[in-house]
Amino acid sequence: MTSKKTNGDRKDAIEARAEELKAGGFIPQRQKGKITIRCKAPGGRLTSERLERVAAVARKYGRGLVHLSVRQSPEIPYVDLADLDAVVRELAEAGQEIASCGKRFRVATACGGCEYNPNAWTDTQRLALESTARFFGQDTPHKFKTCFAGCVRDCVKSRMTDLGFQGIVEPQLVPENCTQCTLCISVCEDDALRMGDDDLPARDLDRCISCGDCIKVCPFDAMVPKRTGHAVFVGGTHGKPPHAAYPIAEFVTDEQVSAVIETTIEWYRLHGTRGERLGNTLDRVGIDCYRRALHGIVGNDLLTAADLEKPKWRRILYRGLVDTFPAYGNLASGEQSDGTTA
Amino acid sequence: MARQPDLKIDLRGTPCPMNWVKTKLRLEDMDAGQCLEVLLDDGEPIRSVPRSVKAEGHKIVEVTPLDGGFRLLIEAVS
Repeated sequence: MTSKKTNGDRKDAIEARAEELKAGGFIPQRQKGKITIRCKAPGGRLTSERLERVAAVARKYGRGLVHLSVRQSPEIPYVDLADLDAVVRELAEAGQEIASCGKRFRVATACGGCEYNPNAWTDTQRLALESTARFFGQDTPHKFKTCFAGCVRDCVKSRMTDLGFQGIVEPQLVPENCTQCTLCISVCEDDALRMGDDDLPARDLDRCISCGDCIKVCPFDAMVPKRTGHAVFVGGTHGKPPHAAYPIAEFVTDEQVSAVIETTIEWYRLHGTRGERLGNTLDRVGIDCYRRALHGIVGNDLLTAADLEKPKWRRILYRGLVDTFPAYGNLASGEQSDGTTA
Repeated sequence: MARQPDLKIDLRGTPCPMNWVKTKLRLEDMDAGQCLEVLLDDGEPIRSVPRSVKAEGHKIVEVTPLDGGFRLLIEAVS
């Protein structure tokens, strides 16, 4: 029933399929007929069983090589297009799924998180897993990368990601436990803690970057976490050209993370044009339009123009960056960044 | 009722992470309840050693600021 195909037809069909495959985590290589398989590993975590299976598949179908992508995905290069189905099946037997490329929600990246990383305040691994399970593969105008950093050290670069979450903590003094030892003041690198008139450490809210080092050092449980949450950055990317993310909110709760992602994807789909990265959409449409969309979810945790004037945001963001942002408008009064009203 | 240390080490001038390694080894040699006095420089040593002491489960019972550093009194756990 099938007609005999010419070599040319077959080649075209293979190339068309390769383009289609890219959407599914299969990357055509320079070498004709060879593809790289990108494996899904939210937060860069995978079980030893999956790791062994990835290695076994790389030996059997590739050249025994595995490349760790810059976004934590193990990739198997040099797989024959003809072996694709077998590779996918054998990976799946061990529970190893395939990641994605192209214009869609990508696998979330994360640091080790508070489960075992001593610096982290948030469970970045769980959030990377959950957000990937919920949003992975959803189509967006251009690629959409999400990451979770457990603290302001920001190893996963939330300030250079389409949607980045950075773990933060608000310290609180328990005066009756404080021995006035001044360790907390000594370790604060932001000059945000000083001895007050009452001989107790006092926090400068405009300077504190919510790293929590004072909590970690205190031997007497006198400095404790009042609340933890996420600083949210939007519109960042490295690449051609790079775009630093806008800081958008602070102390967003774990429970609000999904709604923030969902709202951001919806906003991006509504306003972004095909092939336009989120940061460029924000520049073109206006940051206040996005802030307005997010206001319903995070409320007063949304950052304002006044917040960005504080020393802490100048310290958290790349040097000099705050001065390059358009003025954030006053959403409550409907005022726009250019001074007009909505 | 200032507690008297059973052992003292002066780690001023000793960089990270050797200051913590030396502190840890001394604490491991001590009996539970015994006290170690450690002198540390300001800066990185004071940022990291007290955190590590806490993480190991030992108890910092007293902290005294010095000129350019701190004196920690640490009660060893078994």
